[in-house]
Amino acid sequence: MVDIPYEGIPGIPPAEVPDVELYHPRSWWTRYVFSQDAKVIAIQYSLTATAIGLVALVLSWLMRLQLGFPGTFSFIDANQYLQFITMHGMIMVIYLLTALFLGGFGNYLIPLMVGARDMVFPYVNMLSYWVYLLAVLVLASTFFVPGGPTGAGWTLYPPQAILSGTPGQDWGIILMMASLILFIIGFTMGGLNYVVTVLQARTRGMTLMRLPLTVWGIFTATVMALLAFPALFVASVMLLLDRLLGTSFFMPALVEMGTLSKYGGGSPLLFQHLFWFFGHPEVYIVALPAFGIVSDLISTHARKNIFGYRMMVWAIVAIGALSFIVWAHHMYVSGMFPQFGYFFATTTLIIAIPTAIKVYNWVLTLWRGDIHLTVPMLFALGFIITFVNGGLTGLFLGNVVVDVPLSDTMFVVAHFHMVMGVAPIMVVLGAIYHWYPKVTGRMLNDAMGKFHFWVTFLGAYLIFFPMHYLGLLGVPRRYFELGDATFIPSSAHSLNAFISVVALTVGFSQMVFLFNLVWSLFKGEASGGNPWRATTLEWQTPETPPGHGNWGKELPVVYRWAYDYSVPGAAEDFIPQNQPPRATQLVQGAAS
Amino acid sequence: MSAIILFLAVLAVIAGWWLSQQRLTAKPWLEEGPAGDFPGGDAMTWPAAKVGLGVFLAVASALFVLFISAYSMRMSVVDWRPLPVPRLLWVNTGVLVLSSVALQWSYVAARRHDTEGVMIGLLAGGASAVIFLAGQLLAWQRLGAAGYFVASNPANSFFYLLTAVHGLHLTGGLVALGRTSAKMWRGAEITDMRLSVELCAIYWHFLLLVWLVLLGLLTGWTDDFVDICRQLLS
Repeated sequence: MVDIPYEGIPGIPPAEVPDVELYHPRSWWTRYVFSQDAKVIAIQYSLTATAIGLVALVLSWLMRLQLGFPGTFSFIDANQYLQFITMHGMIMVIYLLTALFLGGFGNYLIPLMVGARDMVFPYVNMLSYWVYLLAVLVLASTFFVPGGPTGAGWTLYPPQAILSGTPGQDWGIILMMASLILFIIGFTMGGLNYVVTVLQARTRGMTLMRLPLTVWGIFTATVMALLAFPALFVASVMLLLDRLLGTSFFMPALVEMGTLSKYGGGSPLLFQHLFWFFGHPEVYIVALPAFGIVSDLISTHARKNIFGYRMMVWAIVAIGALSFIVWAHHMYVSGMFPQFGYFFATTTLIIAIPTAIKVYNWVLTLWRGDIHLTVPMLFALGFIITFVNGGLTGLFLGNVVVDVPLSDTMFVVAHFHMVMGVAPIMVVLGAIYHWYPKVTGRMLNDAMGKFHFWVTFLGAYLIFFPMHYLGLLGVPRRYFELGDATFIPSSAHSLNAFISVVALTVGFSQMVFLFNLVWSLFKGEASGGNPWRATTLEWQTPETPPGHGNWGKELPVVYRWAYDYSVPGAAEDFIPQNQPPRATQLVQGAAS
Repeated sequence: MSAIILFLAVLAVIAGWWLSQQRLTAKPWLEEGPAGDFPGGDAMTWPAAKVGLGVFLAVASALFVLFISAYSMRMSVVDWRPLPVPRLLWVNTGVLVLSSVALQWSYVAARRHDTEGVMIGLLAGGASAVIFLAGQLLAWQRLGAAGYFVASNPANSFFYLLTAVHGLHLTGGLVALGRTSAKMWRGAEITDMRLSVELCAIYWHFLLLVWLVLLGLLTGWTDDFVDICRQLLS
């Protein structure tokens, strides 16, 4: 790494990269385990995230069993229920979705889509995965320590998070914060790679405005995550010190179990500010990669260029910036200065504008497109519908007067599961069906895929639509059991049982998907290099799955944007980004 | 939280300026053709490691600014009792300044292809950074001996916390500095090492700046400034 400019045109990387710049594995261990190849790291990230995600899925079944059939299952008590809630939320938001979108898809797609051989700092990239794995192991270990995992809720609000009475007060909460701190360190290592690779390692001709929207989404989300995760880091470190050393950063003076505690003067509100300063951007850290990926899925499978590419890019950047000034809409009921709430309600509603632009552009891309209802396309369409549904209830909750009565009800659970649970998972699944052929060289089974889609999609609606209604009835969230409250009709209990049955069904249908992943690896139809006839660079690699270094001897050169589908007069309905302009145009260009 | 919002506003201006150079108003669907036809928007000419360090410094700054935000919010609660800052911190500050100067010296020497000068600068910089860290530990010990424990007052807690976080960042820098020195020791070409030395120097200057801000905060020098900002905002 010397800052001598490359020969030839300044600022443009050479077509051939000298071998020294690329790390070559020498043994089985460095090829498949301690690998520095972003593609292997991506698969490691994805498998680890999926494994811990399955734990969170099982936790949700246990919660649903309790909610649907209270009193039936003696092995679930109130403390465990709180632990299940906490771990389910934390795993799904951070250890599954964030890790999968940025560590998984980011690692696999960024170098391939921008035409690079690998990430710019492969060693740091490898370290990032191993620190992430350690964070996951520390988190998983809390299930086996005395007292079990913490039951503080995924938001870990002090003072209750670290006081006696909250499950997991001994070990669970300490290990949870240690795990978060590790995760953030690991993520920062990976995030530096994703950002600098997009900035520095784009191949010749790949201007920013020729990047596929997937890269724009992941890039912007990574920048946001790099700036937002430090807030969680600060909050975790200070809470850990409150718990371990008895400092009073967040802990007010209070009586604990009949005796005056050692704490005094701390501000629980300060924790909430720090937590949500991370927590709200986190929503978009998950959503922006989903936005980007879904744009590419829709464009490819509708054989049409993305509508309003520039507007899509600007909207991604605008959403990224705005998401940093809306955090306190999670805190309307926290006791903060009330007028703050109206400022944050305004910014919250403003962020709906760029988001709505994106939804319109997806719909307009579909308009008169040559829509192929492949499995990735089905999931992409499922995403748009679900995101609109979840987003609209977000507008309800963004208003202070509506939020205050609904805040502690199932309405909120339904809202964020639609917008932040189901919608991004739809994209994850669609993206796996889309890129699995590139990763393995084989197609996923179509029949199993369609079955998986319909059960997941319809099931998600059968679960979460009724939940809005429960919330409007006033059914509280976080409760182990509802008891005999008079305002909750008996129909609400049967609805809860119904939701639980559907939730278990949808959960088991994911096993079909996992089976499909394994089965297709051996028995799937061979896909060839570009089964979806897509334009972006990752489909143009000389080998499938792409070899070490991605591009063989020469890096690709990019001549056009990523969305040349159904171009009038073109021989085929797609023109790859690295296909040179037609000869006639070249002659004209030389003459002018 | 106003400190972090101000910091993000500065970052947003920088990002906005950079984006404005990237032809974000281009119409890529009309621009078919080889790279050179459309100026701007290519990868940067800076070495990747330098950009990487820049991004890392932004992340580290965000971390420190968030700590400062928390500090200023917690400070306004009535139980806050400022602690007397040990005189030793001024000596430590001097040592850290020397450390930064030594690494700058090393970088200048690297530009002049003066191997010996680079080596002296790196070793002097590393040694004074170690002395700084030892001095910080000594300051902790003195405070502890005088009865200012970490949990006895939030001002104490923040003092220990902020100095620890800063010290850990410096320790991380020492690892990088150690690797660079080891490579130089084994006789690496100076042209190959120039970038590493430069990055170490940049990181040291950054940590010096952070330390000066923290020192101002911990000694209460910036209290007036913070008050003025608070009045402006409210």
